[in-house]
Amino acid sequence: MTNSHNVGNDDKDETQMTTAHAKPASLSSVASARTQSQPGTALLGTGLETRGVHAWFGKKHVLSDVTLDFAAGTVTALIGPSGCGKSTFLRTLNRMHEFIPTAAMAGEVLLDGKDIYSPGTDVTKIRLRVGMVFQKPNPFPSMTIGENVLSGLKLAQIKRSNTDELLESCLTRAGLWNEVKDRLGEHGGALSGGQQQRLCIARSLAVEPQVLLMDEPCSALDPGSTFRIEETIADLAKTMTIVIVTHNMQQAARVSDYTAFFLSDGGPGEMIEAAPTSRIFSAPQDKRTEDYVTGRFG
Amino acid sequence: MNKVIPTPMKPWQPSALDKLEDLLLIVAAFGVAGASVKFTGLNGKLGFFFSLFFALLILNFGFHYLKRGTAAAKDSLLQVLTVMAIVITCIPIVSIVGTVVSKGYKGLHWGILTKDMALASVNDPIANGGLLHALVGTILMVGGALIISFPIGVLTALYLTEIRGPLARPIKFLVQAMSGVPSIVAGLFILSSLIYPVTKELSGLMGSLALTILMIPTIARTSEEMLHLIPNELREAGVALGGTQWRTVAGVVLPAAKSGLVTAIILGIARIIGETAPLLLVSGGGDALNVNPTQGAMGSLPYYIWKSFLTGGTPEAFARAWGGMLVLLSFIFILFGLARYLSGRKVG
Amino acid sequence: MSIVAPVKVIPEAREITTKPRLSDQVFRIIVTIGGMASLVILGLIALFLSIKGGHILLEEKFGFITGSAWEVITDESGTISQSKFGIGAMLIGTTLSAVIAILVGVPISVLSALYLTFYANGRVKTFLISVIDLMAAFPSLLFGFWGFFVFMSSAEYWAKLINKYFGFIPIFDVPTPIFERSPFIAGLVLAIMIIPIVTSISREIFDQTPLDRVQAAYALGATKLAMINAVVIPYGRGGIVGGAMLGLGRAMGETVAVYTVLNVVYQVNWQVLFGAGGNVASLILLKFGEAGPYEVDALMAAGLILFLLTLMVNAIADVLINRFGGKGK
Repeated sequence: MTNSHNVGNDDKDETQMTTAHAKPASLSSVASARTQSQPGTALLGTGLETRGVHAWFGKKHVLSDVTLDFAAGTVTALIGPSGCGKSTFLRTLNRMHEFIPTAAMAGEVLLDGKDIYSPGTDVTKIRLRVGMVFQKPNPFPSMTIGENVLSGLKLAQIKRSNTDELLESCLTRAGLWNEVKDRLGEHGGALSGGQQQRLCIARSLAVEPQVLLMDEPCSALDPGSTFRIEETIADLAKTMTIVIVTHNMQQAARVSDYTAFFLSDGGPGEMIEAAPTSRIFSAPQDKRTEDYVTGRFG
Repeated sequence: MNKVIPTPMKPWQPSALDKLEDLLLIVAAFGVAGASVKFTGLNGKLGFFFSLFFALLILNFGFHYLKRGTAAAKDSLLQVLTVMAIVITCIPIVSIVGTVVSKGYKGLHWGILTKDMALASVNDPIANGGLLHALVGTILMVGGALIISFPIGVLTALYLTEIRGPLARPIKFLVQAMSGVPSIVAGLFILSSLIYPVTKELSGLMGSLALTILMIPTIARTSEEMLHLIPNELREAGVALGGTQWRTVAGVVLPAAKSGLVTAIILGIARIIGETAPLLLVSGGGDALNVNPTQGAMGSLPYYIWKSFLTGGTPEAFARAWGGMLVLLSFIFILFGLARYLSGRKVG
Repeated sequence: MSIVAPVKVIPEAREITTKPRLSDQVFRIIVTIGGMASLVILGLIALFLSIKGGHILLEEKFGFITGSAWEVITDESGTISQSKFGIGAMLIGTTLSAVIAILVGVPISVLSALYLTFYANGRVKTFLISVIDLMAAFPSLLFGFWGFFVFMSSAEYWAKLINKYFGFIPIFDVPTPIFERSPFIAGLVLAIMIIPIVTSISREIFDQTPLDRVQAAYALGATKLAMINAVVIPYGRGGIVGGAMLGLGRAMGETVAVYTVLNVVYQVNWQVLFGAGGNVASLILLKFGEAGPYEVDALMAAGLILFLLTLMVNAIADVLINRFGGKGK
């Protein structure tokens, strides 16, 4: 009895794994088709650009001179070994970098052509337009599932009349609606890890950001949940610009249109190469990129 | 390759312009407050403070509302409120220290360290008499309390950190509860358990025992915190080398926590050095120097201050009282500075 | 299909035992005995106060708590002919001054703690924290005399203002315009005394707020106010209430400061601005000087009630702080 049960379990895991692996080709083809057909609609804005971004923690220079464009409506993956500054770079994009007291930076981050670090910019408005999903799912435990999704409205003091519609559309886009529609009054902590992470995605969607930053959103999740979130990302990219940090090169290959490779040689992290994802993985220009994507180190 | 590295910047910090705006807001609030005191029914320091408070709130709200909207305006209100709260918290401290220093120095002279009040009354000129008896009494009683409470406090802390017995949680609660025992109850306890049935006499020792009850929780809690800071590897290393738990604690854990334990002693002393109520009940208050803790009333700094304030009424008596307060406060400052210095260093 | 599956024998888990050496056994016994000290002392306090004061409680029954008379009538030979002990008036006074202390002190403390945790940084923060810790170590004698000589005049002025504009509310009314040494002023002095305690407890709890929730709120475009409302307050609420209870315990048991600031008179006084009242602890100090043996027993009984009251308040505080405050550890 026990034996057969185990076998069944293994089978199930394997099917999930294989589907996850089988997906990339179709996904990226959809993505590239989309990019060509919808160049920056009004809602998408004109995208996000960085100009010579440096970052420091105290005296330590952790990121050097990153200039990178994120075209509206694309998915860009930031890859590289640990400590290469990719997460720090991500956090400079919605000004979460300054959350750390010793942090400093230089350079410009342009959202729709306007520097988000220019004096007089309201940082809360920037974070409304550039949402973020963290590595570890972090729903608010004191709120119900429904309140969690709408918490952004409350936090930023935005008034909306049709909150029920918004709730449903956010949860649907995050791929969670069918699982939670009957338990919106339960607390967020009652969900599984993968569901919590999709709840966090739904939460960032409610304030309708034009850019969504994801900091290794799947690293704490099982393969099944990872697959669901990758589906969600493909879906979301129709209406927003997505930047995702990932350790997982297969994931980068599956979900992104563009890939940027970061590396630190002991000094500050630098961006080595950025190109369409297919080119990074098939014909990288830099030797170090090739070594990394072929698994020779990292 | 010569790369130019730009200077690190913190563009999120308030710019000079922001600071100027804040300063102007504060100046404007002071102006409004001044005007309202001058032209309306409000008056005095309190009227000024109130109008300043409301002027700051309204000006900040209005300014940030115009600049960045409702959310930012409400946010600025919280900031004004918290700053006001910390200012209100600090005003009494400044006032207390200022009062004690400005009134207390008049009560000081070199003789206070060599004379007692046996032949002087509190209303005599300051140069007559001193607080030698009070100082000696306080030192003896606090010392006695320390001798009893230190071992008990440290054993309690060891029980909570090293043995971690089944009673650890309730003991932790009881220590907390003990720190909440009103000081006068400690005095009543010594009266009912020892003075009435046994000694039938007030003495310094009784004072020590009453203070012990108030001192144990402080020492136990501080030592516990300090012992928690000792890394577990040290303990494991001790046990792995074949040492018994007793040897590990005595030879490794306690020596490593030495400065932490000294901090516990200092904070314990600071907690009880100014205790007045129990001493009024159990140690009485002699005016003459008494160095025998087991017999006869014993003076103390708090009693000296208490008596000068309550029985005198002349400027000399008040000067004596504030002088005693200055001595007491200096002790607390010194103890506190020592504790800061010791706990600021790495434990061990 | 008919193969009999081998029966797997799962062994019982072995017990791992080490017999501690003699020195360790002795060590453990000594430490355990020392650890029990707080239990023993608290037990002894309750025991001895009951032995001395218990008979008064038995005689007066509930009247000791509800009654408001404190009289000892002696005849010519000095023996007690009649006595009546009830600490009701002083319990009311204890509650009044402690409640004023909490109402004034806790909001200021929580706001101060918010400032220290979320606004101040660097040297200013370290400095302010030391100053507030230092203030917590000031003796109550100091607060009492400062309250009497320095603070009283301004507090009296506020009391008059409150009386002038809110006098129609019964508790702000006064029978005769005596505003000095009132429960209101005593409550304010107690508030100043508990502010450092409640501030540092609240600050410790705010410090433990899980960082990921704080970041989540900021990443959703929250202002500091919105973040504190959505994350910090729900997380810290229980701990703040616990800290307030701890402050309440302190304020209820305070003797010297109340004795100095308040005009201790044995009467029921609900009018917080009127200069008369007292609390249980100050009653004990006031009556102790001239009390005969029988009256001392009554004071012991009052001490027992005060002891049990503060024990209860501290127990509630402890439960609240540990259940709600330590979550982040």
